[in-house]
Amino acid sequence: MQRNQPAPLLEVDNLHCHFFTLDGVVRAVDGVSFSLQRGETLGIVGESGCGKSVTAMSILRLLPKGLGRIVDGSVKLEGRELTTLGDADMRSMRGHQVSMIFQEPMTSLNPVLTVGLQIAENVERHLNVGRKAAMERAVEMLRLVKIPDAERRVNDYPHQFSGGMRQRVMIAIALSCNPQVLIADEPTTALDVTIQAQILDLMLELKQKLNTAIIMITHDLGVIAETAQRVLVMYAGRKVEEAPVVELFQRPLHPYTQGLMRARPRLDVEAEEQGRRPRLQEIQGMVPALNRPILGCAFAPRCGYATDRCRSEAPGLTEPVPGHLVACWEATKIAGMGHA
Amino acid sequence: MTAPVLEVENLQKHFPIHKGLLRRQAGSVRAVDGVSFAVRAGETLGLVGESGCGKSTVGRAVLKLIDPTGGRILLDGEDVTELNAAGMWARRRRAQIVFQDPYSSLNPRLSAGAIVGEPLENYGLASGREKTNRVAKLFERVGLRADFMRKFPHEFSGGQRQRLGIARALSVGPALIVADEPVSALDVSVQAQVLNLLIDLQEELGLGYLFISHDLAVMRHISHRIAVMYLGRIVELADKRALFTRPLHPYTEALLSAAPIPDPTRQRKKLVLQGDVPSPANPPKGCHFHTRCPYAIARCKVEDPVLREALPGHQVACLRREAGPDALPLPA
Ligand SMILES: Nc1ncnc2c1ncn2[C@@H]1O[C@H](COP(=O)(O)OP(=O)(O)OP(=O)(O)O)[C@@H](O)[C@H]1O
Ligand SMILES: Nc1ncnc2c1ncn2[C@@H]1O[C@H](COP(=O)(O)OP(=O)(O)OP(=O)(O)O)[C@@H](O)[C@H]1O
Ligand SMILES: [Mg+2]
Ligand SMILES: [Mg+2]
Repeated sequence: MQRNQPAPLLEVDNLHCHFFTLDGVVRAVDGVSFSLQRGETLGIVGESGCGKSVTAMSILRLLPKGLGRIVDGSVKLEGRELTTLGDADMRSMRGHQVSMIFQEPMTSLNPVLTVGLQIAENVERHLNVGRKAAMERAVEMLRLVKIPDAERRVNDYPHQFSGGMRQRVMIAIALSCNPQVLIADEPTTALDVTIQAQILDLMLELKQKLNTAIIMITHDLGVIAETAQRVLVMYAGRKVEEAPVVELFQRPLHPYTQGLMRARPRLDVEAEEQGRRPRLQEIQGMVPALNRPILGCAFAPRCGYATDRCRSEAPGLTEPVPGHLVACWEATKIAGMGHA
Repeated sequence: MTAPVLEVENLQKHFPIHKGLLRRQAGSVRAVDGVSFAVRAGETLGLVGESGCGKSTVGRAVLKLIDPTGGRILLDGEDVTELNAAGMWARRRRAQIVFQDPYSSLNPRLSAGAIVGEPLENYGLASGREKTNRVAKLFERVGLRADFMRKFPHEFSGGQRQRLGIARALSVGPALIVADEPVSALDVSVQAQVLNLLIDLQEELGLGYLFISHDLAVMRHISHRIAVMYLGRIVELADKRALFTRPLHPYTEALLSAAPIPDPTRQRKKLVLQGDVPSPANPPKGCHFHTRCPYAIARCKVEDPVLREALPGHQVACLRREAGPDALPLPA
């Protein structure tokens, strides 16, 4: 996929992040690699708890101190290693070159500061402007993310906003300094679809104007389909599949990805069957505990195709179709069967 | 039809706006501005609408987690509008809520097992080993490993925390659950499990759900009827099939067209809403939607439309629908 392409803007290589808990070491991210080009949107999907947010946080080195740590691997921005960067350099990078829209706006916003100040602080720190200009920028940003009455609302506190409005405040902060890389962790989940469409357009605009690269973490396959050029599927701390977006939707190869595609309720067909709501297709079983070694393929206990080999030996990534990576022993067979 | 577990008449919630050093009240935000609906036992009423239009406020006000400014609320047929906090506490066993933001609603100092078991203990429903067993069953029901009971909220992923919230709400055997975006933090496979679970529980126990979500596919799947809100008011309320196949309100039409489609080869035709989102502190005169409505005529700017039946069981608040349910011609 990266053949004949310029050097990537962001390169994550063999990233391992562990949490050290009373219940042992949690391998939240267990050897994830990917790269990101300027102006590209990479979608990341995967089971809840599979390490998407931890991957994102470790790029920005925001794992909770003393609990979680990058234990191996490298993260490079324009060739510059971030995992060993000094704290001061990291701080000036954060919110500026690389910024993040966090998954939980209520816990990432400061409850005792007005939203205007929170946007302004970021602007002041990185763009070298005074308070007055920064506050003007804050109003402009709130308007950009469609908060009505922005001049008045800059002086409000987070609890005075609805869930979706708080999320838009987070988006305003993240976009306020024109980042090179924007990591968006479920950025539009709390928004209605009309505002979601506007926010996604806003990100697209940023991308076209400034060539910003975006990592789009979301559970919404519709958002992935509309925004991403490439998609990475994670399961239990690992990358299990990666492909260009059309390829992934037309020919998901990993049994987990196939399960995801089937589990979604449909918008375009009537859900009722003889007056009863049909059952959605679940993926049976649960994700494995990440604090114990996983023997074989992590998905094997839930997989319809699993063989003895799957249960004893972890599959590496292969490329059964050019540009389409998958970690599954049965992938070639599944690819041969066509779309399940 | 079964009896309603929740009836709401002309519900209002206004938040004061304070200004200046003395924090004098300078107006109010009409977050909920006269909303009426009912949820029957065994029924899911979906509530959709623009972010900030007042859905969560409705959800909180019906359980009196915040005090309504006006209107009447009947839980299980009993008027609870005037009940005090103690009276409400006892009723809340029958009416639980699952929140939009799972993290801030979980006590960070309690283990997951204690969080789910707390209401059982508080309402005197179970204690000791019996409680532990029931909590373990609830964990299993919502798809969490029983050994997670010892973990603390910060050790869970966003989706796992949401399942904790659902387990806790279920623990006391409610008749009504207000679910405020209960599955929006979940990946689609866990979402499928939780939606199946919610439907199973509903069919088994006759639960009524007031279900708030932005995900229209989820709405179409789980709801029986759907109410669409815009700026503090219900603008359309109908059977889900009717709503999706024949939306009558221009806002509903725009909403349905904006839903992202999980097919990268398809270009969707979005009806992009023109104009800024108006503020509920200063809503437009006449129809609240007229500033962004492609079909608005002069009358819409001055006259307030009321929610009325345009087709059997299909209510809409739109002056232009007085002419009937046929396609609206754009104004000249
Ligand atoms: N502070 C922590 N202490 C211990 N374990 C943690 C901590 N934070 C996260 N984890 C674990 O790391 C794993 C990955 O979590 P992460 O938040 O990255 O999941 P996710 O893929 O973002 O899930 P979701 O889709 O639900 O947001 C989870 O299994 C979680 O339990
Ligand atoms: N405590 C409060 N003080 C002042 N205003 C508030 C308060 N809580 C909510 N509001 C306002 O009331 C309106 C409705 O908020 P609500 O949380 O009900 O919206 P919502 O429909 O749930 O939106 P979302 O989809 O974004 O969650 C918003 O304009 C919000 O700013
Ligand atoms: Mg996450
Ligand atoms: Mg809400």
